[in-house]
Amino acid sequence: MDTFFEFFSFSDPNVVAVVIGSVLLTASSAVVGTFTFLRKKALVGDAVAHSVLPGICLAFILSGSKNPLFLIIGAFVTGWISLVLIDNITTKSKIKEDSAIAIVLSVFFGIGILMLTHIQHSGNASQTGLDSFLFGKAAALVGSDLVTFGIVAVILLVTVGLFFKELKLIAFDASYARALGLPVKAIDLLLTTLTVLAVVTGIQAVGVILMAAMLITPAAAARFWTNNVKTMTMIAATMGAVSGLTGAYVSYVAPAMPTGPWIVMIISAVALLSFFIAPKRGIVSRAVSQRKLQYQIMDENLLKALFHLGEEDDDTYKGRTAEEIVEKRHFPKSRLMSSLKRLRREGFLTKKGSQWAFTEAGKLKGQRVVKLHRLWELYLSKYVKIAADHVHEDAETIEHIITPEIEAELERMLEYPEMDPHEERIPY
Amino acid sequence: MDAFYIITVSTLIAISCGILGCFLILRKMAMVGDAISHAVLPGIVLAYFITGTRDSVWMIVGAGMLGIFTTFLIEFFHKKARLQTDAAIGVTFTWLFALGIILISVFAGQVDLDQDCVLYGEIAYVPIDLWITESGQNYGPRALHISYIVLILIILFVRIGFKQLYLTTFDPAFAATVGISVSLWNYLLMGAVSMTTVASFDSVGAILVVALLVAPPATAYLLTDKFRNMLIITCVIAVVISFFGYYLAVYLDGSIAGAIVSVAGVLFILAFLFSPNNGIVFKRFMQKREAARMSRGALEKV
Repeated sequence: MDTFFEFFSFSDPNVVAVVIGSVLLTASSAVVGTFTFLRKKALVGDAVAHSVLPGICLAFILSGSKNPLFLIIGAFVTGWISLVLIDNITTKSKIKEDSAIAIVLSVFFGIGILMLTHIQHSGNASQTGLDSFLFGKAAALVGSDLVTFGIVAVILLVTVGLFFKELKLIAFDASYARALGLPVKAIDLLLTTLTVLAVVTGIQAVGVILMAAMLITPAAAARFWTNNVKTMTMIAATMGAVSGLTGAYVSYVAPAMPTGPWIVMIISAVALLSFFIAPKRGIVSRAVSQRKLQYQIMDENLLKALFHLGEEDDDTYKGRTAEEIVEKRHFPKSRLMSSLKRLRREGFLTKKGSQWAFTEAGKLKGQRVVKLHRLWELYLSKYVKIAADHVHEDAETIEHIITPEIEAELERMLEYPEMDPHEERIPY
Repeated sequence: MDAFYIITVSTLIAISCGILGCFLILRKMAMVGDAISHAVLPGIVLAYFITGTRDSVWMIVGAGMLGIFTTFLIEFFHKKARLQTDAAIGVTFTWLFALGIILISVFAGQVDLDQDCVLYGEIAYVPIDLWITESGQNYGPRALHISYIVLILIILFVRIGFKQLYLTTFDPAFAATVGISVSLWNYLLMGAVSMTTVASFDSVGAILVVALLVAPPATAYLLTDKFRNMLIITCVIAVVISFFGYYLAVYLDGSIAGAIVSVAGVLFILAFLFSPNNGIVFKRFMQKREAARMSRGALEKV
């Protein structure tokens, strides 16, 4: 616990540097990731991340030093080449995009590993620490490295800010952007460059192997909380920053631990939580609204069946047993009973002995569903010219969805008709 | 003799991976294969931690289950949370892989596994790790036995399920109408991929195995249009890359697995450029000839 306060009091200047660095790096890659995510190129980031390894090794072999500027340039070059290759393989041969990504990713990484092991076996003393690019080491972010990586991260954020509108447009509708006269190719190129840069900066904190997560996961999680791109970018950046901060802390407390996996664990936990509990788009909320709709449809069908029974013997308010209802229209027993009980609780039905009968409200509700069904059938046969014996199925679905506005519109268009196409009276 | 063992083991592994890879790339599931190979890592570490050995049946079974679980998770996020497929894949495998790496660090003392092994395997140790019975009988390298058993299992699997795999790959709708469960065969294939990944883990590591799954089949795919030929060419490529990869690694004093993958990449680029039917150089040549013929034809008409 002591280390916790020690770390978060930020009294150690090293800690401040590490925190600023890792938060900047993770947040900026999350921001760029938002656009690659929206452009449905999330896995391309994975390929770039793996492909920068040979670049880093090559830069080291050529320069003989671990100067971050050289490493960044090397990483940038091979990262770029990998994207060009993926693009060329996909467009100029029958290889599909997924295979192209997998090949480029693994082969570049293989070449990188070959170089890295070659460097390690060569006994060059200054190579130690080169492998921290594999899994990341936020704690190593000090001094001049921090300045270099920090500058790149700031450039990234500023560029995204400047071209926000253009990036947003090509992410959603590239052909519309082209029609507007925007240079789509150039903006795509910009996004590609930003992706490579984001990877190049992020690897210091997360490492090449898991860098893909920093591009994909915050964006995927943020997508669940909003439909607005600007908000989404902010949320993704915040989530990225939080995970970066945690990673820096882990790196501080347990120097033997690789930082990258911890950052990824945190951001993944945030994402999983978002997938489940986010309002509207989350799995739980989806399941709840689906269940609600199921109940609504079941209840309305039940009221409709009761109304039909009432029509048959001209006694709408007569009590019916569950058996009678099932005879009119088949419902699974358990669902029927729970629906009956629910409707009684809501005041649409009353129960006497084993007999269920409409209340005033229940009759009106059942009547409305029947009316909508028949109005829709009439509309389909009159305006869409569908044969009368083909309209039932469609009406069966739409009757639960029609809003009062559409209802009024239908009534107006059809001029309050008496009969539906099956010569059945439309109740008002 | 060492060289012979290493080349044989890597050939056997490359063939197993290649056969499955042929199905993967035609199903457009190369990245799912990539995801699985990453995601089985926590399974491997846990099985290792529990059983204390590297080559137990439990490890294969555990990792197989985890591979199927990964496939399920990807589908689940895609269908239930409506997450786009690429993001579903990306989120799932990075998360499981990170978990695996953390587990390795946590159990660092208890488990004889390190991050290097995860990255590029330890195929150089194949000749050292011998299978010696209690009576002292020496049966040669352990990895050799594992790799040919896996290969036999994969061949049996593909042989027995060939019709189903073939149909669900090329025409899933038709397969479904004749009563073949598309999702069952999908899960079986993914289970096979996970088991092969685990078996190859010691030799090539979790990441480079992707190259063996995808690069040789993709190269073969560029060279032929017939599925049977694609399988055969994949096997030939497996032999070639293992042989040249080994000697490249010896020459450069680097990782053998890395070198094998590099050679596979070179072969792919060669096929991409010079394949008789699909290579871009050949295509350009044909285009030129066609253009010349057309312009001649146009002149004759005048």
